[in-house]
This record gives sequence, structure tokens and C-alpha cells, in this order.
Amino acid sequence: MVTGQVNCERVRQEISNYLDGEVDSALRGAMDAHFHACNRCTSVLEGTRNVIRLYGDERMIEAPAGFGRRLEKRLARSAHGGNRWSVWSTWLVPVAAVALIAGSLRVANSLTTGEPLKSEHAQAGQNIPPDMMVVVAADTKVFHAAGCTFIHNKEKLTTLTAKEAMRQGYVPCLRCMRKDLETAEAGHGAPAEWPDLDADADEDRGSGGQ
Amino acid sequence: MADPEMVLNNPGARTTREQDLIAEVQRGQNELFYELVRPYERRVYAAALAILRNPTDAEDAAQEAMLKAFANIRQFRAEARFSTWLIQITVNEALMRRRRERTVVMEGIDERREEESEYAPREFADWREIPSEALERKEVRLKLAEALASLDRKYREVFVLRDMEQLNIQETAEALGISVASVKTRLLRARLILRDLLAGGWERGWFSRLPFEKGTKPW
Repeated sequence: MVTGQVNCERVRQEISNYLDGEVDSALRGAMDAHFHACNRCTSVLEGTRNVIRLYGDERMIEAPAGFGRRLEKRLARSAHGGNRWSVWSTWLVPVAAVALIAGSLRVANSLTTGEPLKSEHAQAGQNIPPDMMVVVAADTKVFHAAGCTFIHNKEKLTTLTAKEAMRQGYVPCLRCMRKDLETAEAGHGAPAEWPDLDADADEDRGSGGQ
Repeated sequence: MADPEMVLNNPGARTTREQDLIAEVQRGQNELFYELVRPYERRVYAAALAILRNPTDAEDAAQEAMLKAFANIRQFRAEARFSTWLIQITVNEALMRRRRERTVVMEGIDERREEESEYAPREFADWREIPSEALERKEVRLKLAEALASLDRKYREVFVLRDMEQLNIQETAEALGISVASVKTRLLRARLILRDLLAGGWERGWFSRLPFEKGTKPW
């Protein structure tokens, strides 16, 4: 609580709080009385008031030329990505769910329940239909479709299912099995125009450095 | 849709329109976000510039802050002021970038030393009100901007957030991560230094072509 007079030093310490309405009524009254009698402190008060008013004017704040246009562009690109995602998500989620279920069933069918693969390289063949008949040559680790031209030792061939081949640790021939895999994928209802998510991701990354 | 000019010139209408825009963007009308933030472009840039000083860094930080605001718009709550929320995101972004430059430690030492001493005004001319028309002149705005840029960082930041961005004392303290008492101390010093610089500016003719009565000084 302030009673009576305040000196110049105290007034100048509180002048900013006075202008912000941050002093109690007693101090405000004492400062008002001081300003009435002291030209120097009144000069400081009015000058400070000018500073607050002039710098508080919106004209004092300027952004660089083209700032708004560049911002709008970045926001539009960001919003565009968001919109496309929200549209896609309405059908992409169910499609993905179906694909996930179908894939799970195929994987489940392609493996002997609870029996681990002998080779982790056999993971590559998980999408091959498990009952597909394949051949393996003696002393190799690769299984092939019948008639594959890349079978090295055609003298001692064994025919078995893909499931059994993978269980024994054989890995699919990249040449002949790729063709079978692609054929199998085409028959599993992938959308004709799958969204090019990678392309959009690249576009967004490219814009990040603007 | 309301006339944009009428909305901008009427704070009440602006607030209502702003609330509508916020709600629409939160519901997924992403393309409306730019309309929402456009009135604050300059303020966001100024806040970033006060902290980073470099115009290129400030623009990048300001735009990044806008993108973060866009990404987090659903977290905005109606009880807060949108402008304050936006400025706080900008300040955080700018402070984070400045920390990367590792300048804080050295400035922190200066801060303790300088806040221990009082600032005594030097100019005691009889100031009168400087008309706002002065700001129509680019050279006046430039001089004021130069005076502001000459302030020590800690005073400039508080001054810009409080007196230019119109945050209150508490919001300024929270945005900068300092105490309310520090905000008040720095604000007093910033205002008094700028007052001295402007008073000296009168002597140097910054405001010489202003329409004051013949034979009288404006101070």
C-alpha cells in the first residue's frame, strides 16, 4: 500500500505498470499527483505512451513481399494431401482390411501350422499358393515351377507342393516364381488404379524445403 | 459469406467469422485454413523476426508454425484466443530454432547482469502525442523498426509480444518461458529505451514533416 507522495525514481520504476493498469489504486493516485507536479516524469509518461501506441499500430508490422503467396502455396499443398487422404480413406481402409484378411489366410494356408520355416529366405515365397506343384533339384536350395529354364541339375528332380518346399527351407526361383506371383496378384482383386501414395509422399518431401 | 472488408474492419464480426472458420477447418474443410490465418500473417512473421532477427529464418519459422497450427487445429479449444494460440506456436518454433544455434547460454549471462541495474531515462523533452499519421510515411516506420532492432534480444522479444502482438503479461511470460516479474522488468526497460530513441529521433528530424502547429514542438 502506498500512502502520500512517491518520488521520481519510484514513478519511473512503475511507469510501465501504470500504463498497463497493473498498479493498485493507491499507487495510481500517488503517481497521478506526482505527474501533475513533475514535468520530467510527465515527459517520460507521454513518451512511453507514444511508444506503445505507435508500435502497437498494425502498420508497424510488415511481412516480406510474397510471404502470403508462399504461405498459401505451402498450406494448399499440405491441405491437398490431407484432403486426398481423407477421400481415399473412405475406401482404402476397407480394401486394405480385405487385403489384410486375404493375405493372412494365404499365409496361414501356405505354412504348416506352428511349424517354423527352416530358412528365413523362404519368407519370400509366402505369397505363392501353397498347393502349387513345384520341383527342386538335388543339391540346390531353390524350388521352381515345372519347366523353368533355370533349373541347373535336371537329372534329379523332386516334385512337391510349394508349402512343403518352403517348409524344407527351399526358396523360390526369382525368375519363374516372380511370374507366378504376378499372375496370382492379378487375380486377387487389386484395384485397377491403385493410389500412387509414394508419388504424393515424394511431392510433399520436395516441397518441404521451400 | 460476409464481405471480407467489413469483417476485417469490425472486430466483433471478425471474431464470429473466425469462430466459424475454426469450426469448419476442424471438421475437415482444410482449404479454409488460409482464410483463417491470413489476418495474422504479419503478426506471426513479426513474432518470429523478434526472436530470430534474420528475415529468411523468420519467414521459414513463421510458415512452419502455420503448418504446425494447421496440423494441430483440432487441439485448439474455443476458450482460447486463436491469435494467441498462433503466436505461441510461432514463438515455440522460433525459440526451438534459436536453441539450435546455441546462443542462449551467452545471452543468459548478459541477462542477469543487465537486469540488476536500473535504467534511467535520458531524454526529458515535453512529449506530446505523435499522430498515427506519422506511420503513413515509410521512412518513419523504418526508423521505428531500426530502433526496435537495436534493442537487446530479451527486451525486444518481450516488447514485440506484449506491445505489438498484444499478448497480455501472463501470455507473454508463458510464451517465452519466463516469470511475470521478468516480463514486467524487461517491458519497462524496452519501453524506456525506445522512448529515449524516439525522443532523440525528433532531434534528428524523423518526424519533421508532421502537421504540428506552427511554432510548437511536438514534445
